[in-house]
Amino acid sequence: MKLTRRIAALALAGLLSAPALAVLPNEKLADPAMEARAREISKELRCLVCQNQSIDDSNAELARDLRVLVRERLVAGDSDEQVLAYVHDRYGDFVLLRPPVTGYTAALWFGPALVLLLAGTGTAVYMRNRRRDAEAAPATSRLTPEEEARLQALLAAQDGTGSGEGKRA
Amino acid sequence: MIPEIGHYALVLALLMAVVQGTLPFVGASRGNVAWMEVARPAAYGQFLMIGLAFVALTWAFVVSDFSLQVVIQNSHSLKPMLYKVSGVWGNHEGSLVLWMVMLSGFGAAVAAFGRNIPPTLKARVLGVQGLVGVGFLLFMLLTSNPFVRVFPAPADGNDLNPLLQDPGLAFHPPFLYLGYVGFSVAFSFAAGALIEGRVDPAWGRWLRPWVLIAWASLTMGIAMGSWWAYYELGWGGWWFWDPVENASLMPWLAGTALLHSAIVVEKRDALKTWTILLAVLTFALSLMGTFLVRSGVLTSVHAFAVDPARGTAILILLLLAVGGSLLLYAMRAHTLKVGGVFAPVSREGALVLNNLLLSVSCAVVLIGTLMPLVLDAFGHKISVGAPYFNFITPFLAIPLILVMGVGPFLPWKRADLGAVLPRLGVAALLTVVAILWALWAHGVKPVMALVGAGLAAWAFCGAFAEIAERIKLFRIPLGDSLSRAASLPRGAWGTALAHAGLGIAVAGMVGTSFWLSEEIRVMKVGDQTPLAGYTFTLDKVEELRGPNYVTETGTFTIRDGDDLVATIDAEQRWYPVAKMKTTEAAIHTTFVSDLYAVLGDRTEDGTGWVVRLYHHPLVPWIWFGSIVMVLGGLLSLSDRRLRVGVPQKRAAPVRGPVAQAAE
Amino acid sequence: MSRALLVLPLLLFLGLAGWFALGLTRDPSVLPSNMIDKPAPAFDLPPIADSLPGLKSSDLKGQAQLVNIFASWCAPCRVEHPVLMRLAGELKVPLVGIAYKDKPEATRAFLDQLGNPFTAVGQDRDGRVGIDFGVYGVPETYVVDREGRIRYRHVGPLMPADVEEKILPLMRELSK
Repeated sequence: MKLTRRIAALALAGLLSAPALAVLPNEKLADPAMEARAREISKELRCLVCQNQSIDDSNAELARDLRVLVRERLVAGDSDEQVLAYVHDRYGDFVLLRPPVTGYTAALWFGPALVLLLAGTGTAVYMRNRRRDAEAAPATSRLTPEEEARLQALLAAQDGTGSGEGKRA
Repeated sequence: MIPEIGHYALVLALLMAVVQGTLPFVGASRGNVAWMEVARPAAYGQFLMIGLAFVALTWAFVVSDFSLQVVIQNSHSLKPMLYKVSGVWGNHEGSLVLWMVMLSGFGAAVAAFGRNIPPTLKARVLGVQGLVGVGFLLFMLLTSNPFVRVFPAPADGNDLNPLLQDPGLAFHPPFLYLGYVGFSVAFSFAAGALIEGRVDPAWGRWLRPWVLIAWASLTMGIAMGSWWAYYELGWGGWWFWDPVENASLMPWLAGTALLHSAIVVEKRDALKTWTILLAVLTFALSLMGTFLVRSGVLTSVHAFAVDPARGTAILILLLLAVGGSLLLYAMRAHTLKVGGVFAPVSREGALVLNNLLLSVSCAVVLIGTLMPLVLDAFGHKISVGAPYFNFITPFLAIPLILVMGVGPFLPWKRADLGAVLPRLGVAALLTVVAILWALWAHGVKPVMALVGAGLAAWAFCGAFAEIAERIKLFRIPLGDSLSRAASLPRGAWGTALAHAGLGIAVAGMVGTSFWLSEEIRVMKVGDQTPLAGYTFTLDKVEELRGPNYVTETGTFTIRDGDDLVATIDAEQRWYPVAKMKTTEAAIHTTFVSDLYAVLGDRTEDGTGWVVRLYHHPLVPWIWFGSIVMVLGGLLSLSDRRLRVGVPQKRAAPVRGPVAQAAE
Repeated sequence: MSRALLVLPLLLFLGLAGWFALGLTRDPSVLPSNMIDKPAPAFDLPPIADSLPGLKSSDLKGQAQLVNIFASWCAPCRVEHPVLMRLAGELKVPLVGIAYKDKPEATRAFLDQLGNPFTAVGQDRDGRVGIDFGVYGVPETYVVDREGRIRYRHVGPLMPADVEEKILPLMRELSK
């Protein structure tokens, strides 16, 4: 395990050692439209030996080989999806920076919407209940006279300047 | 000798922190004023001792004392002085010392400037701050002692990672830590209030300046980090959704929410339980960021000191601090009295929506960052990268910015949307103009670029529409408007600036993300390359020597037609000690766009160089907008209404009633 | 507010902390293979020398064997080489090699200097067969069963412990 870590460290050092050399001129396709497609696909594929970089951003050997491969598949007539599937077959989910929608990535893809829905409903219900309670028993949520005095003091301290708000309130 | 002084100072600081974290609590619960008062000298003492340790460590780096392990590992005698100093915090151990300087510094500042805070609350806040200090000092002394000696001392050191030898990155960590650690004050205030069992508008007011300081620093820190990535990594990327970047974004999102919900506590005595929770979570996320970066749980380009033993220690720290305060929250939060009531459409309502969207954004970043870790435990290895986050972000960012434009127009308690929206007519019109401009200049695709341009304009114009509304611009004589403008509270200007700054930054993000031009090719000396209406010429390539590196420097001239725009130098550096290459991009900024050139390797036949040329439209606005946001925060901080917690020359007008009410 | 709700943040946090604790016990640099239990990719690689046969996918059928992907330019490959020599010699494990992105003369020199444990070596000049295997880098070692299916992958240099604990037991089982 120590050794794997050292290899990872080496890979990392390799990544840091020479940035700026991602896509090289001799890799580029002559057809600008197809080259643009290749760039977009490259941004979806992880540089496997680096950490959290796409092959489009990376100068690692393997990333370069994969970029060349992506372009070859495009020239051979593959669709974007077919190219991604080709690489996915060999390297698995790990190579895709946009994880596929499957059972175990459900939390990833539907989690955000679910959190928003729950938080939104929760907030709405809570606010409605609070308003209903307040209307039913207005006195319970009032400040104590002592707190009221402090609040007034604080508000007084800011006034003279905060009139805009005061008027609209 | 000096390192030993530093080491002893850390031990003394630990003792002071133990005192600060115990006696004041006892004093507060028994009403013993003398014990409560111990918090102040203890906080000062802790700060002094950690300051001493920091000076000692800095000294060791400055004089290149290679008997210290951190100095060997992170410095070199030939390194420029700036980076010898920044090397102090460019490593795990030293960055913890800096972290502690700030933590104890905030404690000392609360002790010194929080004169209006009721004594029991203040004692408890300082006590919590002391306990956090105890945790970090123990962590440092037990697992990460910066003053470890090595015998025999080697003749020279291993040098600091050359990528970190950069002015932008030298000051990025201090700002970031100031942000992270600044939220510890909010945390302490929350825990203190839970122990105290009461939260009132005054509490919101005491809290806000500290949150503002932390938020402004974190904003600055993140902006500097992304600026560094932009010019140093060599292709103009400014945000990569890397776990470590996400670790700083999460507290920022939560902290931004906290900043807004504290306003509701202060003005309307509402959202109190929520604000307390947010204060705890914001600091929790700061701590979690530290855990992720230093434990090796997630691998990342930026991670340093990958060490499971340290990871375990930070996890324990996280469990005690966050678990403890959440337990306190679960037990005590129901005792807080519920506050003011408001209609869904109201200033409070808009701020609730802001909090909802920011919190969910924070949750999304959390899910995306941690999901690979969670699935790894089940044996699935996945990657979550930019394509995922770029897909999800618009769903939350678009409503957030739309609400941001409207929110400040809404009165408290209850608002009439029909009456408010017409006042945004000019802003809406300008937004449409911006979208039409983008359509004309860059075409209909990608549609997201048009949406982004519209959002940027909406945020910017909405912010100033609010100011125009308040000073009745063009509805009363201009002179009267100006005098109204001068007497507006600085907080109002701060809000407008911060919101406008976000709009400016969004414009920059849209510009460089969607309208970038790029050319990658081999150039020989004398070759010309056209790009985005400019012509780049490679004039010469020279080999030069720096203090601790050698460099190949390519000089480009950029012309617009026949007019000379700029002459810029792009470098490829080689650091022999660290055996690393870095690129120094050549950047010419016109303030509405950047022209960016990178010199790569020489071709195999030796006649040309691989060159990357970029035109980044609007990109400087990302950082200009960030600075405007920070200025907005600082302006709010200087508002006299918020000066309760910050230094003041005269006695604060609110002091009397507040101190009285606390008894 | 309902008091049960106030406990929720604590529970969520504890769950998360539990995950973190679990995460600390795992090594994030361990990389998965998508090829396990799949047939080895189809390929036909030329030899590096007249005296040593090249390698094609049909050669992988018939008996369980090891496929080692290596290169003369790779330092860890030199580290693991004695282990490969022992596997092929003393332990009589069938071993074939793929020279990954290497010049044939360099591969020959490498094997001349350190000894040749391989019964066949194919030269993969452009690294495409390596990608078909799903390599991350060199060296990598694959265990292939007699139907030509990949059963196990080892990333990085093979160490004596890896041979004892993983490779030999698996080879014994596959050779039954």
